[in-house]
Amino acid sequence: MDTLMHLRITNGRVIDPANGVDGVQDICIADGRIHAIGDTPAGFHTDREIDASGLIVCPGLVDLSARLREPGAEHKATIASETRAAAGAGITTLCCPPDTDPVIDTPAVAELIRSRAAAAGHARIVPLGALTQGLAGASLSEMAALKEACCIGVSNAGKPITNNHLLRCAMEYAATHGLMVFLHPEDEWLRNNGCMHEGAISTRLGLPAIPESAETAAVAQQLVLIEQTGVRAHFCRLSTARAARMIARARYDGLPVSADVAAHQLYLTEMDVADFNSQCHVIPPLRTQRDRDGLRAALTRGTISAICSDHQPHEPDAKLAPFSATAPGISALETLLPLVLRLVDEDVLPLGDALAALTIHPARILGIDAGTLTLGAHADVCIFDPQRYWEITPATLLSRGLNTPFMNWEFKGRVTHTLLAGKIVHEVP
Amino acid sequence: MKRHNIQLDKNGRLRHFLTIEGLSRKLLVEILDTAESFSGVAEQTIKKVPLLRGKTIVNLFFESSTRTRTTFELAAKRLSADVLNINVAASATSKGESLLDTLHNLQAMHCDMFVVRHDRSGTAHFIARHVAPHISVINAGDGRHAHPTQAMLDMFTIRRHKKEFAPLSVAIVGDILHSRVARSQIHALTTLGVHEVRVIGPETLIPAEAEALGVHVYHDLREGLRDVDVIIMLRLQHERMRGALLPSEHEYFRRYGLTGETLAYAKPDAIVMHPGPINRGVEIDSAVADGPRSVILEQVTHGIAVRMAVMSMAMSSHASLEGTT
Repeated sequence: MDTLMHLRITNGRVIDPANGVDGVQDICIADGRIHAIGDTPAGFHTDREIDASGLIVCPGLVDLSARLREPGAEHKATIASETRAAAGAGITTLCCPPDTDPVIDTPAVAELIRSRAAAAGHARIVPLGALTQGLAGASLSEMAALKEACCIGVSNAGKPITNNHLLRCAMEYAATHGLMVFLHPEDEWLRNNGCMHEGAISTRLGLPAIPESAETAAVAQQLVLIEQTGVRAHFCRLSTARAARMIARARYDGLPVSADVAAHQLYLTEMDVADFNSQCHVIPPLRTQRDRDGLRAALTRGTISAICSDHQPHEPDAKLAPFSATAPGISALETLLPLVLRLVDEDVLPLGDALAALTIHPARILGIDAGTLTLGAHADVCIFDPQRYWEITPATLLSRGLNTPFMNWEFKGRVTHTLLAGKIVHEVP
Repeated sequence: MKRHNIQLDKNGRLRHFLTIEGLSRKLLVEILDTAESFSGVAEQTIKKVPLLRGKTIVNLFFESSTRTRTTFELAAKRLSADVLNINVAASATSKGESLLDTLHNLQAMHCDMFVVRHDRSGTAHFIARHVAPHISVINAGDGRHAHPTQAMLDMFTIRRHKKEFAPLSVAIVGDILHSRVARSQIHALTTLGVHEVRVIGPETLIPAEAEALGVHVYHDLREGLRDVDVIIMLRLQHERMRGALLPSEHEYFRRYGLTGETLAYAKPDAIVMHPGPINRGVEIDSAVADGPRSVILEQVTHGIAVRMAVMSMAMSSHASLEGTT
């Protein structure tokens, strides 16, 4: 283990949405924590100085959902490979859903993941525990034990629970233990084995389709149960404008629910599937332009407070088949910040709000101490050059998964340094 | 992110035949005219032309078929090509070899054309994107997506009987949702410029936003058939007859079955078509299927000439590709 350095980041534009900070300032880091912002304390000895002139310095990004593929699918990716990619993308905290193999329904699996992450040393991983044993939706998991093993919440990942009695009890039990429930709203029967949005494009392509109601019907049921049980709940990966409106109404009525969206849902639509492009096969599916605009609007209004990568790396073969036979998901860690910066360029969000959706907001949803540059906080820092153009290519991607519909896109905004607890884990020469 | 039309070579000629969508009226008419020129071949004593002599065509069927496979085989043989029939049960590929591995193996045997049927939408596109440049791919039906040669033989049959497309009203009746035939017919009919295409069926069998395909949707058979020139009945798959989509075949026949009584709503010279195989007494009454207005067996005959046309056109485009390299 390297000894912790005293580090100074000079002349950067520091943006820390949690503290309302936006201005050119220096940051001093000592013992892995934020030691000072602004004037350097007298006698501060600096081992290393990073000149951040022209760069933006913000808290390390917090990603609400990244599949790391370990344990269980190491042929796709590993904790070491994906946390390294995260560091390259300025992400310092990753929330890992419980649908690993074996499932995170025992403390042992949660501990395995955390110890592998610690050994790799590129990023923090906070695991979600399984809401039901084996995610089978039949019996409750040992949530108290999972909480002791540092699972910060519980989720059934993408596996719908069709038994509403069981879902109600799972929510009550999670509430008993103060655990947040992360819900993926999808009605399995309405999904009906579909693989893309039900609409004009699915009709043309003849692909089995997923109606909007697969999401909205689930949101409606879950909102009722959340209200009844009083559990703290978060809606993951919204894909429809209507579901966002339903959640906005519930929040207006005082229900403390939050929601996130995957970055690709803010750009791509069903139109991108139009030539059977398997790189655009995602669940929930890409919806209409109206939905995309509705999700963007929900983001500006604060109904959706966090943007995540929904990173799902795959080996090339997983995408080499007829559309419906391919595995859904996008390798998305490294496009998270660039896509969000595009939202800023397109005047959807001011830069501060955009960075809040990647830092303090997801950290608050997870209930963890991260996503800020507050004095004394862990020095998890992302430094990026907002003017630097770069192209996503197989050579520039660090993730083992090369499955991205954004391949060969040119993006503006490149991470130059990532610090994890004061240690430089990524640096572009 | 739109790619160029992979069905066409750089001179705009047919290279693969995957879907009707995106092809020009001129090209569709060229297919029909070429098929017309081949339709005499079967009446000759020697039913062969030497156009594709020395070429190897693989019928790659991942889904069972009698009519389509047989007419493709006959069409290839009448063009003097060598034909290889491969029936790959879906389970064989799921046991190990991937679709791409199967293709690469066949490619290594120096085949020139794949005629592909598969139960997943988009398979023909997928194969066309991954084969060597000298190979043409003909879609013989992919999932619910497309069955372009069936649509073209239907257009051929309609043109034989009605001469012009422009004044026609055409009704397609039945399970539009799951039908690749209906999708290809709709694209062909709208491209060829018919006056009106109607689709008729219960809401459970009509796909979402069907109007975007350029059709009018009817739920009442009699209303939908009023004054049409062409009636195309679709096959109702057995697995759809009872369950969430339909209560029973009995009720379906009562509401949507074509009988002498319902046929009377169409124009007096309307023709009745069906891609086969027909379910007598489910979607169509025997008296109508075997009656004077039915052209169902003609469709089968025309399938050979149309498939000869498509195969020779696709192959001639890749002959010129060889010439340029």
